[in-house]
Amino acid sequence: MKRATRESYGAALAELSKENDKLFVLDADLAEATKTITFKKACPERFIDCGIAEGNMIGVAAGLATCGATVFASSFAMFAAGRAFEQIRNSVCYPKLNVKIGATHAGISVGEDGATHQCLEDIALMRSIPNMVIVNPCDDIEAMQAVKAAAEYKGPVYLRFGRLAVEDLNNEDYEFTIGKGVLLRDGTDVTIIATGLPVGRSLKAAELLEKEGISARVVNIHTIKPIDREIIIESAKKTGLIVTVEEHNIIGGLGSAVSEVLSEEVPTKLCRVGINDTFGYSGPAEELLTRFGLDAEGIKTKIINALKTK
Amino acid sequence: MNEKELKFLTATADKIRLGIVKSTYAAKSGHPGGSLSITDVLAYLYFYKMNIDPNNASDENRDRFVLSKGHAAPGLYSTLANRGYFDISELEKLRKVDAMLQGHPDMKGTPGVDMSTGSLGQGVSAACGMAYFGKAFNKDYKVYTILGDGECEEGQVWEAAMFAGQKKLSNLRVIVDHNGMQIDGTLAEVNSPEPLDEKFAAFGFNVIKLDDAHDFNKIDAAFTAADEETNRPTAIIMESIKGKGVSFMENQVSWHGKAPNEEQCAIAVKEIEDRLAKEAE
Repeated sequence: MKRATRESYGAALAELSKENDKLFVLDADLAEATKTITFKKACPERFIDCGIAEGNMIGVAAGLATCGATVFASSFAMFAAGRAFEQIRNSVCYPKLNVKIGATHAGISVGEDGATHQCLEDIALMRSIPNMVIVNPCDDIEAMQAVKAAAEYKGPVYLRFGRLAVEDLNNEDYEFTIGKGVLLRDGTDVTIIATGLPVGRSLKAAELLEKEGISARVVNIHTIKPIDREIIIESAKKTGLIVTVEEHNIIGGLGSAVSEVLSEEVPTKLCRVGINDTFGYSGPAEELLTRFGLDAEGIKTKIINALKTK
Repeated sequence: MNEKELKFLTATADKIRLGIVKSTYAAKSGHPGGSLSITDVLAYLYFYKMNIDPNNASDENRDRFVLSKGHAAPGLYSTLANRGYFDISELEKLRKVDAMLQGHPDMKGTPGVDMSTGSLGQGVSAACGMAYFGKAFNKDYKVYTILGDGECEEGQVWEAAMFAGQKKLSNLRVIVDHNGMQIDGTLAEVNSPEPLDEKFAAFGFNVIKLDDAHDFNKIDAAFTAADEETNRPTAIIMESIKGKGVSFMENQVSWHGKAPNEEQCAIAVKEIEDRLAKEAE
């Protein structure tokens, strides 16, 4: 199956509405885009449209949570993590309330809307707040389970979803656990550690590398915080060179998180693939991903260059 | 409200004032001015109006209180301590390392605090969430929140007002502490959010003007009138005096965020204690 993780988000919420009477879903006038519309149709009495006022939406979510509700507050990543950063920090994370931020339209693959809507800084922002858990699923199967796991978890979770449809890479028997990285492919020359949409492209890059005689290990880090230190350390010991791939600024995101683990535990050469501290621009998503080197070919090229310095 | 109740609330408010003066003196920092301006309303809410029980502080049917102007924490803390939520000796440790009482309210650490606040504009949104939950589950509780008048310069206050009006949160009471002063000067000098009554009315509120936030009969009349509204949220714009009850602090911008020194504390304590002794006669 191929669908955008934002679709999975809405579908998972609709399923959850049958199990939890105290589940509220909030949106800021973007229900059609964030796909919380799917929940709204299933459970209109627990859907609150807060209008175009994200700061207040996060505060309302916090207030509901103090009364025992499980709350998912949704908007585009830019306006959730960006605009409402301080409300998330002070009203949600400081009191560790049971609020989940459902942030869709993350990354460059937003496409045509351009730079103002392509959030490339949200992981960095959210990662710096105590009590926050960050999950960035890579396909529909993982996204559905991640939403349900977030609902089970008591406390703040930032869920990062994309606009662009992605192929399933996990099987139906896949089991998602917050904080547990997934080894998707074993290899000996290099480890690709990816998160979110680029995970699928990283697997394809590994296939291309194999044809050139390079054995790449691929690890999916869906939970950026708390990060799975073990799988990173194990990978570094096994392959040496680590390459991180993310649809985010290379500053502050997955690459930074992995480099922190490596430099503290097992100093290892690291190459960060992502957006090189620049803004995006308009264009079809796939073209942009290619332009920014986040397609399989681009990832492969970066890895070959990095291997030359190993 | 009968004479006995009036006398009790008057004395209670002065006991709360003593706690404000002593705790900010002990902390050598804090916000006495804006704590003293809301003291009488806090005494009224916690000792007369609200359905609360210090022994069952997280009862799901209790009335909620959110101090959106979180810097008035010394006022809230002294009220909660006097009401029996925690030992009054905690007030002396205000703002100190490892103290329960943080510079701004921390719901995780302090019994009786319904929401962590301090960053202006955010508490009122949380109060909206609590009120919405009450409506969704047909609860009888009410949600009270106090905003500073300067706080009304925050855009989020109006996002929250729009939400409360549109969702018809009739169980919400937004109280604006209208003392006319903020850190950099008077409201008029800085960036006036006036007219506050017309603004709240335009956002769909039932607006009640309380012309003296230090007169318990008038306070009671305003809150009783709010209970009659069944369709709209209520805003109570109350005219208050910053620093009320400590003569040298009254109407002084400089006492917004400054603690009394030893001499000033002694003068203030004597003034309040003399008043308490007189009230007891």
